[in-house]
Order: sequence, then C-alpha cells, then structure tokens
Amino acid sequence: MTVQPLIHARGLVKRFGDFTAVAGIDLDVAPGEAFGFLGPNGAGKSSTMRMIGCVSTPTEGTLSILGMDPVRDGVKIRARLGVCPQLDNLDPDLTVAENLTTYARYFGLPRAEGRRRAAELLEFVQLSDRAESKVDPLSGGMKRRLTIARAMVNQPDLVLLDEPTTGLDPQARHLLWERLFRLKQQGVTLVLTTHYMDEAEQLCDRLVVMDAGRIVAEGSPRSLIETHSTREVVELRYGDTPLESLRGKLDGVGERIDVLPDRILLYADDGDAAVAEVHRRDLAPSSVLVRRSSLEDVFLNLTGRTLVD
Amino acid sequence: MATAMVATLERELVLYRRLWKASALSSFLLPLLFVLSIGVGVGRYVDANGGLGGVDYLSYIAPGVLVTTAFQIAVGESTYPVLGGFKWVRSYHAMRAAPVAPRDMVGGHLLFLAFRALLATIAFLIVVGFFGAIHSWLTVLTLPIAALLAVASAAPVTAFAATIENDNYFAILFRFGLIPATLFSGVFFDVNQLPLWIRPLAWVSPLWHAVVLSRSAMLGQAPHPGASAGWNAVFIAGHVAYLGVWAVVGVLLAVWRFTKRLQD
Amino acid sequence: MVTTFVATAGLRTGTLSPGRIGAVISRNIGPLRSGPAYWVVLVSGFFEPLFYLLSIGLGVGALVKNITLVDGSVLSYAQFVAPAMLATSAMNGAMAETTFNFFFKFKYIKTYDAMLATPVQPFEIAMGELIWAMIRGSLYTAVFLGIMVAMKLAAFGWAVAAFPATVLVGFAFGAVGMAFSTLMRGWQDFDLLTTAQFALFLFSGTFAPIENYPPAIQVIIECTPLYHAVGLVRDLATGVPDWATVGHAAYLVVMVVVGLWFTGRRLEAMLLK
Repeated sequence: MTVQPLIHARGLVKRFGDFTAVAGIDLDVAPGEAFGFLGPNGAGKSSTMRMIGCVSTPTEGTLSILGMDPVRDGVKIRARLGVCPQLDNLDPDLTVAENLTTYARYFGLPRAEGRRRAAELLEFVQLSDRAESKVDPLSGGMKRRLTIARAMVNQPDLVLLDEPTTGLDPQARHLLWERLFRLKQQGVTLVLTTHYMDEAEQLCDRLVVMDAGRIVAEGSPRSLIETHSTREVVELRYGDTPLESLRGKLDGVGERIDVLPDRILLYADDGDAAVAEVHRRDLAPSSVLVRRSSLEDVFLNLTGRTLVD
Repeated sequence: MATAMVATLERELVLYRRLWKASALSSFLLPLLFVLSIGVGVGRYVDANGGLGGVDYLSYIAPGVLVTTAFQIAVGESTYPVLGGFKWVRSYHAMRAAPVAPRDMVGGHLLFLAFRALLATIAFLIVVGFFGAIHSWLTVLTLPIAALLAVASAAPVTAFAATIENDNYFAILFRFGLIPATLFSGVFFDVNQLPLWIRPLAWVSPLWHAVVLSRSAMLGQAPHPGASAGWNAVFIAGHVAYLGVWAVVGVLLAVWRFTKRLQD
Repeated sequence: MVTTFVATAGLRTGTLSPGRIGAVISRNIGPLRSGPAYWVVLVSGFFEPLFYLLSIGLGVGALVKNITLVDGSVLSYAQFVAPAMLATSAMNGAMAETTFNFFFKFKYIKTYDAMLATPVQPFEIAMGELIWAMIRGSLYTAVFLGIMVAMKLAAFGWAVAAFPATVLVGFAFGAVGMAFSTLMRGWQDFDLLTTAQFALFLFSGTFAPIENYPPAIQVIIECTPLYHAVGLVRDLATGVPDWATVGHAAYLVVMVVVGLWFTGRRLEAMLLK
C-alpha cells in the first residue's frame, strides 16, 4: 500500500509578470520525511515554499497539500502547517512567551492549552529563562529558535522552514540543527530550503537540487553525491599561476576537472592517487587538500556554477 | 472563523496592556486641557456674545471634541500600526501563515479600535461631566456613536494603509484628511458659518455626522432644531446610515486590500 | 552671541567646517529628488497653519468677535490668533524635524553613524540638521505671513519685521528639540513630548489672553517657552513691540544657546564612545 504524500505537485509553475520563478516542478513528500530544496538564491525555492504554505497561488500545475487544494482549502491546510519564514516576523512588542500564546490563539487553541504548549516549546528550544523577555534583545539564533517554537505551537503535520540557519553564526546553527534533528526523530515531517550543503546533508533524508526554477536532480544526499560526483575531490592551489593554463596539463588526472577562479578541483575516487599523478607530472601545487565529495560538488557538476557566489 | 478574529483582537489587547497607563493619562489629560483652554478660555468670550445654539460654548464643543477624540484614535491607529504590520513587524504575514483570514485581521483591528474609542469616550465624559457639559441622559448614546465613528473612519484608512508602500502618504492623509476634518466638521462652530461652497466637504466627512449625533445626544436636543420631529427622526437615521455606509464600504475595501497584499 | 558660541564649540571639537555642515544639509535635499510623495508632504506643510487660521481665526473668530488686550488695544480674533498659529507652527515644524526625524535617523537608519565615519563631526551634524529645519520652516513662515498680509491681519512692514522673529522661534525650539532627542529612550518618550507640545499650544496665550487664568497659572505659563514665542511674534505682527518683546526674544536666545551647547556635549559623548 502506498502512503498518501503530504505534498504532491505536478508541473507546478509560478510566474510574476514576465518573470518565471518556478518553471514546472514535480514533487512528492511522504509523511515523516525530512525533505530539502537546495539551490542558490533565486533558484525558486522560496516561491515553491510559499505555494506549499498556501500564501501564494500557483500559476499553473497541480498542487495538493495534506490531500487538499491550497487555493480552496488554504485556511484548513494552514491550520495543520507550521511555518518558519525566512524573514523573522516575531512580534517585537510582545514577550517571548506571549509570542507563542498569541500565535496559539490564531489556531483556536484554548488559552490554558496555549500557555501549556508555550512552556513546553520554550523548554524544547531552550528559551525558558527568556520567557518574559522582549523579542528585540534576543540574538539571531534565539529569535530563529523562537520562530521554530512558534511554528510548532499547533502540533503541525508538516513544518516548513525557509532558510532556517541563514545569517546565524556556526554555534547557533549547530544548536538549531540539533533541535531540528530531534523534531525529525519525533516523526515530524520537515520541508526546508537551504543554500548550505552541510545543512542539507545534516538534515535531509531526500532533497531536490533547484536551479533557475527547475529541479535538476533529486535523491538522498549520498545518492546524489554518488551519481553526480566522485568519492573524493582534490583541491589544488597554485598561488599566482594562471590556472586555465594548467587545465590541459592535468588532462586525464581523475574523472573530471573544474577550474575555479582561485583553485582547481579534481574529481577522483582515489584522491591520493590523483595527487601522486599531479606530482608525477611535475605540477606540484602550492597547497593541496583531499576531501570527501559534497553536495557543493554535485551542484557545480550539475550547473557549472558554485552555490555560494 | 470568529475565533481567529477574537485572537487578533486579543493580540491588540495584550499589546495595549503595556501602554494603557500612558494612554489613560492622555485620555483624561488631553480633554481636560482642551476643555480648560478652549471651553473655558475661549468660551468666556463666546458666552459674553450670547453663546452658541442656546448653550454655553463648553457644552457646545464638548460633544464634538468627544467624537473627534475617537476619530483621531481610530485614524491614527490605522496608519503606522497597519503599514508596520505589513512592512516592518510583518505581523500580518505571521497571522497569514496561521489560519487567520484577512477578514479576521481587519475585524480584530476594528473591534480593538471600537474598544479604544469607548474607553476614550468614558474618560472624556467623566471629565466634561465635572464641567457641566452633560445635559441629557441620552449622553449614554455617545458610546455607540463613538464606536460606530471609530469603525467608519478606521476601516477606509486601514484599507489605505494596506495599499501604500511609503509612509509619507500618511502625512498627506493627516494634513488633508484628519486635520481639516477636525477643524471644519462643526466641532468648534456651526458648519453653516462656512461659505456655502465649502459646506459639502464638511457634509462628506463622517466626523460631521457623528458630531451632529453626539451633540444632539449630550444636549438632549433635536439634531436639526428647525425641522419637525418626523424629519429629525429621518435625519438621525440618515446620519447613522451614512456612518454605516462608510463602515461597510471601508471594511470591504480593507479586506480586499489585505487579501491583495498578502497573496502573490 | 550665537556665533561666538558656535565658534567656541567649534574650537572644542576641532574646527567647524561650513562645507561639512553644508554636506549634512544637502543629504536632506537628496530625498527631495526621490519622488512626488516627499514633495507633496513638503508642500502640504503650508496648509496646516492655514487650515487652523481659517477654522479658529475665522470660524471661532465669528463667535468671539474681538479681544481686548491688557493695554486696552482691541484686536479681531483672527488678528489675535494668527500670530500664535504662526509661532506654534514654527515650533511644531522645528520640533518635528529635530526630535522625530533626528531620533529616527539616529537610532534606526544609522545615518549619523555613516556620517561620523567621515571627517564630519557630531556638532556639524547637529548644526546641519538644525539649519535644514530652519530653511524648511522659514519657507512655511514666509508664505503664512504673506497670507496674513493678504487677509489684512498684519501690515506688510510688521509682517516683514515678524519674519526674523519666527526664525528665532524655530531655532530656539529646534535647538531644544535636538537636546531632548539626545535624551530619548524610545518612542514612548515622544508621546510625552507630543502631549507637552499640545499643552503648550493650548495655554500659551494662543487662543485667549493668559489674563483669563488665575494668577498662579499665569506665572507658570510665563515660564514656558511657547508663551514667549507667541508674545514675540504677536507683538511684532500686530505692530506693538515694547520692552516685554525684548524679554521674549532674550528668552528664545537663551534656548538656542543652551540647546546647542547641551546637544553638542551629548552627541560627542554618545557617538564617539
């Protein structure tokens, strides 16, 4: 028996005037899954998320969320969603706890129930000691955690996170990932967008790579790396030497070569062997790094561009 | 979904709980100062010339200042706070992500302003009561009049605030809407004193209709003393209906603008 | 007096540069090119005091008829009220520019932080903002005086004499407003300020001679700034200056000096910490 997907999209298109933000995508997200949209800024991730959140009407195609039509049943669907938007829209004049209790009321939760949920969620996002504080003095990471707590206040079937860790420092990001990972373990379905590879690899069971409004690849992080990259990648740096001139000389080392403005990437299943070959050709670099292949490499491979410009 | 509307009203009340002290102070203080300055200070001169409409000047302006207070609260609170809810605080976007429909947002906002208008009216009546400006038990009707005026004036302004991008437009609204309405809607002198060609502008303003109703209630007089009782009943119904039209059209416009602004 | 003071303040903070002050002023002119809304707002500033004059001066004036002053002179109510509207509008204009806008730029859009990364000094910013407020305010004032002459509420010569007086009023409230805004904690303080301004507006002999109030209240009113601003402008516009007029002017000059001195000190302490 197949499980009915929480999100089901076919040929989904979103246009703003002449500009096509989403150019026809197909999606299925199953319950309990952590699903990611990976891509650079402007790839169409946020537009897709807004359509899934029923705050933006699809221009073309079919979309069903929780088995309902987002245009007709927007209110019913949103009652079962939790949304953490890219731009924080916490209420700056309310306290941390009031932000949650007020939001709970929007979902029609009784006041006592709202207070109970707020206390629980503040505990979960480690903000209990700030419950009576205003929102403004909170750090970026705390605000984001509060927004996530707010998104959980209605015990949603589906949580949408748009760039959950953008703009946060590494420590705050790790704390946030750890909390999101716990949500995932509790069986909450997560859908997130990100332009961070490490975030997608950490959190997503399955993801789609988006570029210019289209899905260019789909799969688990591991399978994407296996399909679209090699096991290892060698990064070579040559100081001031013009790198383009080395392309021909490196021909045949590894499976693929990418020349970037500041370094050369060699894709090979055995990185050390590739480095040895480089040295054998008398092309000793000023620095060398052998690492495991990442989603960054997948994206470069698929689009010829780096993700974070 | 009425619960969502109540929830947005509750949000406003939670916010207001922090401001009510300052707001209560100004709700009492400003009318008191106003009554002392204009009612007593200027009133002395006007009363020496025989008063206005058969009553002392303070009693003449008090009903007008009362509804003007409600009017200014309603308009003021529908400008920056509404635009801010879209632009800076984004609280409407937060509500939108929850199952709160535009009509709930507009409804909660207007209910809150009606509540604010009622509070201000009560404070005002307590102050002017001490100065003998309450002449009739019908004064109690100023409460629904102030609430209706608050909705009638706040709703179209809310629609306007939900439409614009630049808050410079508010300065225009204040200078060409709020201030002239306050000054020329029969609060301080009879509209019939105005040149004939300006009078229609006063008649258009919802404030004038509320001033007429409020004055009639507080003085216990027919709104248009020259006309028969039957005609006065028609006039009263007309003034109320006119405010009702502003309220209904304003609400429809506001819901439409909210819906537009929150979808793309 | 003001010049000497400005010069000494300049010495303390380094040399004041008219060029840099000019640069601060011209930053305000930039938004003028940004679009019609800003222009409409700017131009609409003319209408506010005019509406008040028409409503209170003529509308209420028809009920009040004449006002007899202490010296026995009789003025029509419009003649009595118009100079007060003028002084109040000069106050409101200067206060709006130096409190609300100053605070907004200071706290939210960080205009001044960016300026201070350049050789511009805090006091030059203050001077630039104040002069800009004066330029705007003086335009409104001049037009309003013109309307008063046209409505036969003031003689042309006396209207010309009242013009510098309104500039002084603007300067005085601008300087004090700036001093206040360096002390503001947040928007809630503006509510207090607005309430205070409104109270001044109601009781500074604006709508009725202060002799109508009990003597104790009269003394309090005589200590407040708008009373002197109204007095100065009214004495000149109605053509009856006397020694009290000089006293009003002296009060306003002290406001300018103290306001600027305080602002300069606070700005340095706050921005260059």
